[in-house]
Amino acid sequence: MSSLPPGSNSGLSLRKLWFDPNVRSLVFQLIAVLAVVGFFYYIINNALFNLEQRGITTGFAFLDNSAGFGIIQSLIEYDESYSFGRTFFVGLLNTILISALGVFFATILGFIVGVARLSDNWLVAKIATFYIEIFRNIPLLLQIFFWYFAVLRTLPSPKQSLQIGEAAFLNVRGLYLPKTILEAGSGIVVFAFFACLIATVFIFFWSKRRQMLTGKQFPTFLFNAALMITVPGIVFLLAGSPVHLEYPELKGFNFKGGLTVIPELAALLIALTVYTASFIAEIVRSGIVAVNKGQSEASISLGLSKTQTLKLVVIPQAMRVIIPPLTSQYLNLTKNSSLATAIGYPDLVSVFMGTTLNQTGQAIEVIAMTMGVYLTISISTSIVMNIYNRKMSLVER
Amino acid sequence: MLKKTHLSAAIAAVSLVLTTFGAQAEGDTLSSVKSKGFLQCGVSTGLPGFSNPDAEGNWQGLDVDVCRAVAAAVLGDATKVKYTPLTAKERFTALQSGEIDVLSRNTTWTLTRDASLGLNFAGVNYYDGQGFMVSKELGVSSAKELDGAAVCIQSGTTTELNLADYFRENGMEYTPIVFDTSDQTVKGFEAGRCDVLTSDQSQLYALRIKLADPGSAMVLPEVISKEPLGPVVRQGDDAWFNIVKWSLNAMLNAEELGLTSANVDEMAKGTNPNIRRLVGLEGPKEALGLEPTWAYNIVKQVGSYAESFERNVGTGSPLAIDRGINALWNQGGFMYAPPIR
Repeated sequence: MSSLPPGSNSGLSLRKLWFDPNVRSLVFQLIAVLAVVGFFYYIINNALFNLEQRGITTGFAFLDNSAGFGIIQSLIEYDESYSFGRTFFVGLLNTILISALGVFFATILGFIVGVARLSDNWLVAKIATFYIEIFRNIPLLLQIFFWYFAVLRTLPSPKQSLQIGEAAFLNVRGLYLPKTILEAGSGIVVFAFFACLIATVFIFFWSKRRQMLTGKQFPTFLFNAALMITVPGIVFLLAGSPVHLEYPELKGFNFKGGLTVIPELAALLIALTVYTASFIAEIVRSGIVAVNKGQSEASISLGLSKTQTLKLVVIPQAMRVIIPPLTSQYLNLTKNSSLATAIGYPDLVSVFMGTTLNQTGQAIEVIAMTMGVYLTISISTSIVMNIYNRKMSLVER
Repeated sequence: MLKKTHLSAAIAAVSLVLTTFGAQAEGDTLSSVKSKGFLQCGVSTGLPGFSNPDAEGNWQGLDVDVCRAVAAAVLGDATKVKYTPLTAKERFTALQSGEIDVLSRNTTWTLTRDASLGLNFAGVNYYDGQGFMVSKELGVSSAKELDGAAVCIQSGTTTELNLADYFRENGMEYTPIVFDTSDQTVKGFEAGRCDVLTSDQSQLYALRIKLADPGSAMVLPEVISKEPLGPVVRQGDDAWFNIVKWSLNAMLNAEELGLTSANVDEMAKGTNPNIRRLVGLEGPKEALGLEPTWAYNIVKQVGSYAESFERNVGTGSPLAIDRGINALWNQGGFMYAPPIR
C-alpha cells in the first residue's frame, strides 16, 4: 500500500475492492456462471443454425406420426399403428421393469452374499469371496453376452421344449407360463386380495410397535400368511371361481397364449443382478465391519442369538454406512440396463433411441428426451434413498 | 491491469476457438476433400459383396467401388479413401455431422430420408427388394405361411417397417427380434432364436454364406418391397452432389459404351465421340470442376459398372447374384445413366 504513488485514490479503492475476498469470490462466481450460460447458449444456437442450414427438420411433431414397426415386449397396448410417441412409453416402461426387477433381486442376492462372506463357516465365506471376485471383475457387457448366447441359447427348440406338466414350457424362445385371465365378477377377488395385502402391512407395524411398548410378541408371519391365503381364497370360491388360467399352446412355429418371459429379459436380468449384487455384497460387508465389535459382543452377552444379533443390532447400525453407496449401485444398475440394446431387449435406448431415432432421423430431440428420462429416473431414486437414509440415521441416534 | 489483459485475451481466444468450430460445420465438401487428400466414406460394418474388408483388411464391394470411383474422379487416385464402418443406426448422423463425405452403405432411398434428414440420394447403384430366409427344416415354401413366426431383423432399417406392413396386410402375427448389426441377426438366426431372418434379398445371399452351414437355409421367393440402394450426400452442396451422381453415371455409361479398365486406353484412341467425351478428350471437360480425365480415372482404376458388379456380387463372387433388374436398360434392366455431353 505504501508503495503506491500519491494521488491515486481511485486506484487505491479499486485495488482494495479487488483484494476483498468477498468481492473477489463474487466476481469469479459471476464470471463462471456467465461462461457456462454463454457456452450453452452458443452450442444450442450453433446446433439450431446448422440444422436449419442443412434443411433438417426440427421439433417434436414427429412423435405423432405412426411408428409402423413392431416391438417384442410391451407392458402397455402397442402395435404398428401406434405413434412414435407411444414407442417412447413402451421403451420407458421396459427400462423401468428391468431396473426395478434388477434392483430387487440384486439387493437380496447382495445382502446374502455380503453376510455370507463374513460367515464363520470357511466354505460359505470362500464361496462368497469367489463369487464377488469373479463377477465384479468381468465387464458387464461380456456377462450379458455370456448369459444370452452361451447359456440361454443352449435351450431346446420350441418343439422339444422342456416342460412342467402342461402348464410351463422352457425353450430357446423363452419361458412360457400360464396367465391369469380375469372374468366378469373377478373384481371382488382382486379387491379382497389387495385389502388383505394392506391389512398385513398394518399388522406388521402394529405388532412391531406392540412389541416395542409391551415386549409381547405376535406371530406376524404365520398370521399374515394365513390371512393372505384364506380370505381371498374364500372370496374366490364364493364368487364362483371367476379367475382361470390360460395355458400356452404350441401353434405353428411357436407357443401362443399364456405369459412369455423372453430370453432377452432373462439374460439381462441375470447379468445385471449377478454383477450388481457382487458390488452390493462388498458394500454390505463394509457396513457390517464398520459396526463396532463391542456392539455384537454386548448383544451376545445379553443372550441374543447370532441371527438376532445380526438382525437387531448389527444391520440396523450398518445401514447408515450401507445406504449412500447402495444408492450409487441402484443408479448404476438403472443406467447399465441400457446395455440391453446389445442383445435386443426392447428398452428405451433400443426402441426409442434406436429404431425410432433412425426411422425419424430426429437425433437431437430423441437423444435429449432419452437423457432426460435417465436423469429423471436417477434423481428420483436418489431422492427416495436420501429420505430413507435420513430416516435410518434419525432412528439410529 | 495486467490481469485484465490476460482475461480478455483468454476470452478472445475461447471465442475464436468456438467460432471456428461453428464455421467449420459449413463449407464445401469438394475443397475439403481436396485439401485433406483423401475421401472419408461411410460403409457398412461388414456385408459381403457390398462393403466388407478382405483377408488383408482392404475394403471391397459394390458400395466400396462407389467410394473409390469418387476418389478417382476427385483426387485421381482410387486408393485415397478412408472408410468409416457404420451401423444402420449411426449412418445418417455421421453424414449430417460431416464426419463422412459420402455415405455408400446399401441405403434405401425413401421420401422421408430424402426430404427431412437434410440429405440427397445421388442415384441408385443396386435395385433391391426385401425377402425372407428360413431354415430348410422349417418346411416352409412361401412367406404367406409364416404366421406366428419369430423374425430376426436389423434395427433402424426400412426392413423393419416393411416387415410390419407385410404381416399386417396379410393378417398374420409375428415376433420381432431386433438386433443392432446384421452379424448379430445371423447369430440369432443360427442359434434358433428366430424362425426367419429378413433383410434385402442381396443381403440375405450375403448373410447366408456367413452361416456355418449355408445349405441348411433357403431364401423364400417373395419380394415384399422396393429397395433402391444408392450413395447419399449432404443437402445444400450441389457441386459435391453432382460429382457423386456423375461418378456413378460414369461407371454406367462406361458399361454401355463397352469400356473396361483393361480396354479403356485402347478404345480412347478410336473415333467414337461418346467415348472421347467420357475420357475427357472432347466435350464438357471441366463441367464438374474436376480434371478432364475424371471419368477416365474411374474407368481405369475402378472399372465399369459391369466389372464392379461381376467382381463383387455377380458370377465372379461367392454371392453369384444374377444381373436381373440391375442390368442396363438396353438389356432388360433398370440401369440407365444420362449421357455425358
